[in-house]
Amino acid sequence: MLDQIISSGKKATRDGFGEGLLEVGKQYPQAIALTADLLGSLKMNAFVKAFPERFIQVGISEANMMGVAAGLATAGKIPFTGTFANFSTGRVYDQIRQSIAYSEKNVKICASHAGLTLGEDGATHQILEDIGMMRMLPGMTVICPCDANQTKAATIAIAAYHGPVYLRFGRPSWPVFTPENQTFEIGRIQILSPGADVSIFATGHLVWNAIEAARQLALDGISCEVINVHTIKPLDEAGIAASVRKTRCAVSAEEHQRNGGLGDAIAQVLARHCPAPLETVAVNDTFGESGLPEALLEKYGLGIQHIAAAARIAIQRKKITL
Amino acid sequence: MKTDIETLKQIASQVRRDIIRQTSFAQSGHPGGSLGCTEFLTALYFAVMDHDPAFRMEGKGEDLFFLSNGHISPLWYSILARSGYFPLSELATFRKINSRLQGHPATHEKLPGIRVASGSLGQGLSVAIGAALGKRMDGDPKKVFVLTGDGELQEGQIWEAALFAAHHKVDNLILTVDWNGQQIDGPTDEVISLGDLPAKWAAFGWHVLLIEDGNDIVQVLSGLAAAMSASGKGKPVAILMRTEMGFGVDFMQGSHHWHGVAPNAGQTASALAQLPETLGDFPVETN
Repeated sequence: MLDQIISSGKKATRDGFGEGLLEVGKQYPQAIALTADLLGSLKMNAFVKAFPERFIQVGISEANMMGVAAGLATAGKIPFTGTFANFSTGRVYDQIRQSIAYSEKNVKICASHAGLTLGEDGATHQILEDIGMMRMLPGMTVICPCDANQTKAATIAIAAYHGPVYLRFGRPSWPVFTPENQTFEIGRIQILSPGADVSIFATGHLVWNAIEAARQLALDGISCEVINVHTIKPLDEAGIAASVRKTRCAVSAEEHQRNGGLGDAIAQVLARHCPAPLETVAVNDTFGESGLPEALLEKYGLGIQHIAAAARIAIQRKKITL
Repeated sequence: MKTDIETLKQIASQVRRDIIRQTSFAQSGHPGGSLGCTEFLTALYFAVMDHDPAFRMEGKGEDLFFLSNGHISPLWYSILARSGYFPLSELATFRKINSRLQGHPATHEKLPGIRVASGSLGQGLSVAIGAALGKRMDGDPKKVFVLTGDGELQEGQIWEAALFAAHHKVDNLILTVDWNGQQIDGPTDEVISLGDLPAKWAAFGWHVLLIEDGNDIVQVLSGLAAAMSASGKGKPVAILMRTEMGFGVDFMQGSHHWHGVAPNAGQTASALAQLPETLGDFPVETN
């Protein structure tokens, strides 16, 4: 199965978002795109060209953008806000909390440049806390697709779903390995490669790193179940528990702080349903810095080797009884 | 005009009784700003807006109202109940557990008439702008009204929204600022001065109107009529409305002390004695 996962080339997840948004515009006359002066970075150009009357430039005022989106949703529109992940969450948390989440507005918060792989702009822009903040909000759906094709499919899927959504994607060119025109099922894990010895749960860019780690471990006869957790909330608790009941240990991998992210979410599932060793590959309570995406992932412990090492430790821990 | 002035005055008196009784029963809530904006919301709901108490969230074909300074909820709840959005008896549940009448307005409990939660200040203008844009996109000629406090103008988001509405020519939007000059910690001039408010809104590209006495129903009606005629001409409209916090209850009037303090039993009796019961008080079940 691992052999069949092949990268067809590299493309940024934000490009997938732009393609998905165009498709949403065609399918939904009530879809509206808004941006806070980051039209090009969010790859909204195709939508703007096709539907200029349904595009709203808000300028550098993200708080206002979230409120305007809530008002548009009240009027029956499906607003898609587009800015960097930092400005989509931390900067406007109270606006999202009161006007969108608590008010149950059908707003799609679409966030690019998430995580360390933003690269050279550095820690001011590399938000690593957004998954935690957004999954704490009652009623918020949190989605972090693994490649450009999946981001396109997710963008189309969230238009069909009624309710607030946080869609997280990124800046760099990244391997594309999931099918074009796939169906995206919100709230279900994807088992990319079945295995027996350890479950590796990854989200976003790190799904590719998890696949590469699993390939290396296979050379040593270690069989990994590689799982794409593209929906962090609602979390597929049954799917996660079923995998770990089989493998009896787990690794999580995410481009996010260890506190509050995917690892925490999986730890809750394991603690409740099937206690088992869990190793979390994540940023360890620190801010990022400027650099090239791959170099940053290595420096902050999110590389292929780090996932492979975490898997070996998780497997070792199975032998330890309390 | 849908309702004559005498009737509007009677409604306003009853609404003030509702405000005092709600905050008194709850021993919590914000009577000061509620009493100050009573004429405004009475005029809006009973004489100006086309609205349907059957309540549909999208409000297509209706005028919409958003309350940004959500703490004056006892006023809005009274107005909504007296307009037929929900039973009057529900006013007795204000701020109590399992009530749809939350301390600050919310949609979560599905209270008819509320379209977005407010309470954390500075957000309602943006939401109203979004709703107004939605109406424009749909070719719906109805208006969107929004009320903010004046202290609330200290929030940065207000000025983001002000820039946006002028730039995008959101001219089906009528903002009213409750210009009572008071906020929790004292007079706005002492806390953080708002400066020349009419000049500020004009400089931001808005059509500015003044209501010198927002507790005079006649002035409120003519101010709203002027705002309706000024709308649809390429600029958002801002009404700066002078009011007195606590208006109608002598010991509450003109002081920030009653921003968020409920009257005790004696104060409640004294307040109610000043406010004629014109339409019947809301019922209270006694256990």
